[in-house]
Order: sequence, then structure tokens, then C-alpha cells
Amino acid sequence: MPTTKTERLDIKASDDVVRVRQLTRAYALEVGLSLVDQTKVITASSELARNTLDYGGGGEVTVELVEQGGRRGVRLTFDDKGPGIVDIEQALKDGFTSGKGMGLGLGGAKRLCNDFSIASKPGEGTKVMIARWK
Amino acid sequence: MAGQAGSDIASLVSRNEATILPEWLELQKKAGTLHTGRISEGELQSQSKNFLHLLRDALAQGGSDVSNGAYEPAKAMLAELSRSRASQGFSPSETASFVFSLKQPLFNALNRDKSLSGEQIASTIWTTTVLLDELGLFTLEIFQKSREEVIIRQQREIAELSTPVVKLWDGILALPLIGTLDSQRTQVVMENLLQTIVDVEAEIAIIDITGVPMVDTLTAQHLLKTVAAARLMGADCLISGIRPQIAQTMVHLGVELNVISKSSLADAFAVALRQTGRAVVKTKRIDGAAVPDKKIGRQEA
Ligand SMILES: Nc1ncnc2c1ncn2[C@@H]1O[C@H](COP(=O)(O)OP(=O)(O)O)[C@@H](O)[C@H]1O
Ligand SMILES: [Mg+2]
Repeated sequence: MPTTKTERLDIKASDDVVRVRQLTRAYALEVGLSLVDQTKVITASSELARNTLDYGGGGEVTVELVEQGGRRGVRLTFDDKGPGIVDIEQALKDGFTSGKGMGLGLGGAKRLCNDFSIASKPGEGTKVMIARWK
Repeated sequence: MAGQAGSDIASLVSRNEATILPEWLELQKKAGTLHTGRISEGELQSQSKNFLHLLRDALAQGGSDVSNGAYEPAKAMLAELSRSRASQGFSPSETASFVFSLKQPLFNALNRDKSLSGEQIASTIWTTTVLLDELGLFTLEIFQKSREEVIIRQQREIAELSTPVVKLWDGILALPLIGTLDSQRTQVVMENLLQTIVDVEAEIAIIDITGVPMVDTLTAQHLLKTVAAARLMGADCLISGIRPQIAQTMVHLGVELNVISKSSLADAFAVALRQTGRAVVKTKRIDGAAVPDKKIGRQEA
């Protein structure tokens, strides 16, 4: 899948979550997503950025403008070297939180996007990828 | 060595103050220090003279080592100047040029000085360069720090300013939210609203989120907490201005706010009036005076 444009951001503080949302918005606009789809992918990016910060102990995101079969999309990959997730199925379940959240972020991000994948190893970190296509 | 160079420069400054000061002022003016009218010529003159004296004293007592205690008064003055320029809106380079523009007049004075050998001049130029670079960087550092302080203060002020609680009618409050609800601001929002509910004994609070670009689970959680706390204070909350794209996103996220929501603040206000036993009626204007519409008038009779 060719990437035509890419940017990387550190996620180390609450302010960075705002920056991730702004960058996601810029890419979503460039892809030409509808207002509803923009809002969906921005909201998903906010959820995942906050998880990276709160549970992953900080990390980074790579935002990409991607193309496949004539379609354009925005893809985000969140990466941290935090404690990882022992039970991914449980983490994806609505209402499950190990903190004080609503437990809807991971499952919500999956529902808000076209592509979703997660890889995590306890003790090594977590990687979550989402994409929204035009 | 360094001590010798320090006192060389100190005496050079003493002997040539009458030429150094005007040359330095001229350069600062050329750099645009006075352009925006943020400081007056008199102020700039006294700042420059003051610093030149403090620098001369520091050089005489502490040599060219800026970490020497003798430099404290000069550094304190630079810190003060840096802070006030940061708050007056000077740029970093405009601020640092105060120190850097002193190099040229000092070098000119050195070159004119007949009592120094070529070798002495070369080493003094080097010492002066290093010294002024260090002081210039010090100025920039303080500038940066105070700019950060200004930003933090403004963020706090904006947090308070942008969350006004508005009284719409007896017992009815509105809270128009603008921007994303990060946690620091939400705290302020919540406290403001709850305090006003108590102060005016409000029955209904309308939280309007027309100006909120996105509602993620953290924002939703903050809203829910605010609604719950308002209930404890005896007020019901209505939410208005949820835009269609946000409503759809919330459905996919799986968050429910469990409060009456209306698309506009006006609709929510109508609900609030009804719930508090009031209604808005249309009137016709006759001879400049507002009287109730005939039909409504008859209904009321
Ligand atoms: N990057 C991450 N690193 C470690 N654990 C994570 C990460 N992201 C999510 N989790 C785990 O998954 C759970 C569910 O996440 P989420 O659905 O976003 O709900 P919430 O953030 O409200 O807890 C979290 O409580 C946490 O235990
Ligand atoms: Mg989460």
C-alpha cells in the first residue's frame, strides 16, 4: 500500500493528544473525508492517543496518507513501549477498564474506523493501527 | 589570565563610556528596539547605561567568568529586562540583541585604544565575544522561561474566561462550552456551574456543546460527572447543540449521556421554561406597545 505523505508525533503529555487530533484532522481533510468520517477518525485518534499516554506510559504516532486501488485514506499507527496488554479480547470489551475510564476507547476506535489491528506483548509494548478510507 | 582580560575590558569600558554608550544605543535603535513604541528612548537609555556600569563592575571584580558571584547584579538586571520584554511582546531576537549589539561598540573602542598591543587586542576581543555570548544566551533562556510562564497563565485565564455561566431566566442557567474539554478546564467548568447553581438556586442547567468539536469518552465522562453533580445540587441538566456528526460518533463509541438533549439552545430553553411552568407567547405590536396576540389572549381568558 503506497504512502504518499507521513508524519510522526511524540505522545508524552496531555497537550500531545490535542496535537494528534489536529494532525489527524489535517490528513482527514486532505483525503477528502466527509464531516462525519472526519469526526469519527479524529475521535478514534483521541482515544488511542490517550491510551498511549495513560496506559502505554507515552509513545508515538505515525500518521500516513495512503492509497490503494485508487482509494485514498488516512492511517494512524500508535506505538508504545509500555506494559502491554495481557488479554486483548478483554481490553476490547465494552466497559472494561483497568483505570478510571469508561472502557469504550479501544472498542469504539475499532467501530469508528474501516481498518483496525492491535498487537501487544506483555512487558514489551502495544501497537494499534487504524485507517479510515474515503 | 582571564582576570587580566576582565580588568582590561573593565577599564576600557570606563575610559570609553562616552563613545560606547551612544554607539550602542544607535545600534539598538537600528535593530528596531524602539519601533513598536513598547519602550521609550529614555527607558532604553537608562537600561543601557545601567547595564554597562553593572558589566564594568562585574568585569573588574569577577574577571570574565560569568558564573562568578560578581556577575549576579548584571544577570539580575538582564533577567528583569528579559521578563519585561517577554511580557511586552518583544521577539526573542529583539530581546537578545540588547546584549549582542554591545559587541560592536566594544570592538570599536578596542581598536581605537592606543594603549593595547595587537596581541592584547586579539585576546580581549575573544574574551569579550565569549562573555557577551554567554550573557546573551542567559537572556534568551530567561526570555523563554517567562514566555512559558505567560502561556501557562493565559491558558488558566482562558480556562476561566471561556466557561461563563449565563442566567437565562429565574432558575434557568446556560453553560455554553467552546473548545475541547481537557481535564484542567473541565474542572473549572464543573466548579463554576455548581457554584452558580447554588448561588441562584437554579432548577435547570442547559449545557450547550455547539462549540465543542469532538466528544470522546473522556469528554463524555466529564459531561456525565457534571450532570450527576448538578443533580446532587438539585438541578436538572439539559444538553443542547450536539451536532449530527458528533451524535453519530457517540453512537459508534457507545456512550450515552442519559439526559434530555435538544439540537439547539433555543429548543432546550423552551423545554426548560415548560418544565418550570412557563411558556413563551407571541405578541403583536399595536401603536408601539406589545400586547398578546388576540388568539392567545382569548385562550388565556
Ligand atoms: N497502549 C496500551 N497499553 C497498555 N494497556 C492498554 C493500552 N491501551 C489500552 N489498554 C488497556 O485496555 C483497557 C481498555 O482501554 P479503553 O477501551 O480505551 O478503555 P479506558 O481507556 O476507558 O480504560 C485499558 O483500561 C487498559 O487496561
Ligand atoms: Mg481509553
